[in-house]
Amino acid sequence: MSLAMISPAPPDTTTKTDDAVFPATAPVLQLVGVRKIFGDFAAVDGINVDIKEGEFVTIVGPSGSGKTTLLRMLAGMESPSEGYITLRGELINDVPANKRPTCLVFQSLALFPHKTVGENIEFPLKVRKMGAAERKARALELMRMVRLPEHYYAKNVMRCSGGEKQRVALARAFAYDPDVLFFDEPLSALDYKLKKALEKELKDLHRESGKTFVYITHSLEEAMVMSDRVGVMSRGRLVQIGTPEEIYTKPATRFVAEFFGEVNSFEVRRDGRDGWILGDGRSIIVAPTDEAIGDTATVIVRPETMRFVTGPSTADNLITGKIYNEYSLGSRMQYQVHSGGRIYLVEAARAAVLGLSSGGSVTIGWDAPDAIVVGG
Amino acid sequence: MAAVTHAGTAGERNLLPAIPAGLRAAAPVAVLLVLGFLAPLLTVAAYAFATPKSFEVFRSFTLANFSAVFDPSNTVWMSFAWSLAYASATVALLAVIAYPIAYGLNRMFGKWSGLVGVLFVFPLFVSENVRLYGWVLFFIKNGVLDGGLKWLGFSGGPEVLYTPGAILFGMLYVYLPFMLFPMSLGIAMIPKDLVDAARDLGASRLMIWREIELPLAMPGILVGMLLTFVLGAGAIAESKILGGQSVITIAQDIEVAFTYAQNWPLGSALALLLVAIVSGLALYVLSKLDLDRILGKR
Repeated sequence: MSLAMISPAPPDTTTKTDDAVFPATAPVLQLVGVRKIFGDFAAVDGINVDIKEGEFVTIVGPSGSGKTTLLRMLAGMESPSEGYITLRGELINDVPANKRPTCLVFQSLALFPHKTVGENIEFPLKVRKMGAAERKARALELMRMVRLPEHYYAKNVMRCSGGEKQRVALARAFAYDPDVLFFDEPLSALDYKLKKALEKELKDLHRESGKTFVYITHSLEEAMVMSDRVGVMSRGRLVQIGTPEEIYTKPATRFVAEFFGEVNSFEVRRDGRDGWILGDGRSIIVAPTDEAIGDTATVIVRPETMRFVTGPSTADNLITGKIYNEYSLGSRMQYQVHSGGRIYLVEAARAAVLGLSSGGSVTIGWDAPDAIVVGG
Repeated sequence: MAAVTHAGTAGERNLLPAIPAGLRAAAPVAVLLVLGFLAPLLTVAAYAFATPKSFEVFRSFTLANFSAVFDPSNTVWMSFAWSLAYASATVALLAVIAYPIAYGLNRMFGKWSGLVGVLFVFPLFVSENVRLYGWVLFFIKNGVLDGGLKWLGFSGGPEVLYTPGAILFGMLYVYLPFMLFPMSLGIAMIPKDLVDAARDLGASRLMIWREIELPLAMPGILVGMLLTFVLGAGAIAESKILGGQSVITIAQDIEVAFTYAQNWPLGSALALLLVAIVSGLALYVLSKLDLDRILGKR
C-alpha cells in the first residue's frame, strides 16, 4: 500500500552499483509509478514493483482490474502514459515488442493456424535467419522440453488438443529465448484436471529454465500453486504483493482476503487498544493489531479456521447458533450456521462433524490468532 | 390378396422416408438450377456440335465448328488471347491496387470494414454501359478532361480514348469492387493476436506481412482474383465502348456469331471453349486454395 503512494521518480541509477554486490537480488524488471490512461479512465493507476531475476511473479485480479493492460505494457504492445519500466536497468517504455527480449504467451495462444507445430516453434528462429537444419534441431529439442512427441513436428497445429497447443505456445516462446516470459492466463480455457497438471509442469519448467516468469490470472488458486510472489490488483492498483503465504495469512485489505473465496467478515469498531466490538456491542477477541489501522476495521475469519466447539474444548470466541445448511466440498464439509441474524461459514473435516445435522444447535468458535484485522 | 395390399402400403410408407429430408428440402433449388442453369448450358453445348449456320440442334452431330475455330487461317485465337491477357492484367493490377485499400479499410474500420467495403459495390447499381459512356464523355475530345484542360489554358488532354489502354482502365474501374470485397473479407479474417504475437517474437513489419498476414488473407485474395478473372475473360462492354473496337475480345466474337452472322453453332463452340478454358483455370486455382488447411480442419 505504501509503495503505491511513492510519486513517480526516474529509475534509481544507484542500483547499478548494488548489482555488483548483490547480483542475485537485482531486479530484472522494475516498474515505477506506471500508469495507463484511456480517455479519462486510468486502467493502470500507479504500479511500483521490482521483479527479481528468475522469479515467478503472478498478478491476480478480477476482470477489469487492469492486469491485462499492465501485461501489454510490459510486453511492449502498449506504452505507459506515465511512469517508467526498466529491463536490466534500461528504460523500455517505448521499445516496441519486436525489439524487447521478452515474450508473451497469449490467452488465445495466438498459434499460427497455417503453420505446422514445427513451423510455429521455429518462427522466432526464422526471424533470426537461423538455418533450416539448425532450426529443426532446436525445435525438436524444445518439443522434448515441453513433452511433445517428436512426430508432432509436421502436425497441423490446429489439429492439436488444448493441452498440446499450450505446449506448442510455450515451446515457441522459449525458442525466442527471452529474458522474461509473460503469460496472459493461457490456462483459463482448459478443463480443471489438465489445468492442474499444466500448472505444475509450468512451475517445473520455470525452475529448470531459470527464466523470469510474470503470469497474470484471475484465479488466486492458480497463482498460489505456481508463484514465488503473488500481487493482487484491484482497480488499476497493486493492493498487495508478497509470498503466497503472506497473502493468505496477512491479507492487507478485505478485498485481498475475500479474493480467496468465501470468508466470514465482521465490521467492527475500536474499543481500547486491542479491543474491537461488533455493531451489537459484543466484543471480538483478536491478536494485537497494527496501530496504523483506524477506528473502524473488518475482522476476517476463514471458514477453515472456524470450528465446532464441543465437550471440554473451548475457543477465544464462541457463538451459539443453528445449522442452517451443509455443503459437501469433497473431503471436507461446509456448514452455514445462523446466529443472531448472521450467517457463519464453518468448514470441517467429515469425520469431525459426524452427528451434526441441519437444524441442530451448535457452538462454533475461533481463536484470536486466526482472526485477521484489516482496515476499512 | 389382403396380404399383397398390406405389403403395398408398407412399401409406399417406406418409399418416402427413403429420400433423406435434406434432399427433399433441396429439391426446389435443384429444379431451379437444372432448368435455369444446367439446361441452357447443355443447349449451348449441344449447339456447338450442330451443323454450322443451322439451327439443327440435337438433330445433327459434327465437329465442323471446332475445326473451323482451330483452322490456322482463322484469327479467332487472337480474341481468346486478348481476352485472357486483359483478364490476367486486370487481376494482377487489381490485386496490387485493392490490397492497400482493403488493408487500410480494415485498419480504419476493423470488423466493420466488410460493411464499408459494400459501399464500393454501390456503383454496380448503375448500368455498366452508362458508367462507361460517362468515361467516354470524360476522355473524349473536347470532353471533361480535354475541354477542362483547354479552358485552363493547356494545350488539351491526352488522346487515350479508343486505345487498348482505355480498355484496361475500364476493366480496372468496373471490376474493382469484385476484387476489393472478398479481399477485405479475407484480411478481416486475420486475428489481431497473431500479428501481435509475431511482432512479439521479433518479426519485422515485412516478415509479419509475408509470414502471417498474406497467407491468412490468401483465401479472400484468391476468391477476388478468381471472380475478377472469370468476369474479365467474358468482358465485352469495355472494348466496345472505351476501346472503340480497337481490340476484339472473345465475348464480342461470340456475340457477332450469334447476331450478325446468325451462326449459332459457331458461337456455341466458341462459348464452350471459353467455358472450358476459364473453368479449367478456376478449378486449378480452387485446388490450390486449401480452405480446410487454413481453417485447421485437416
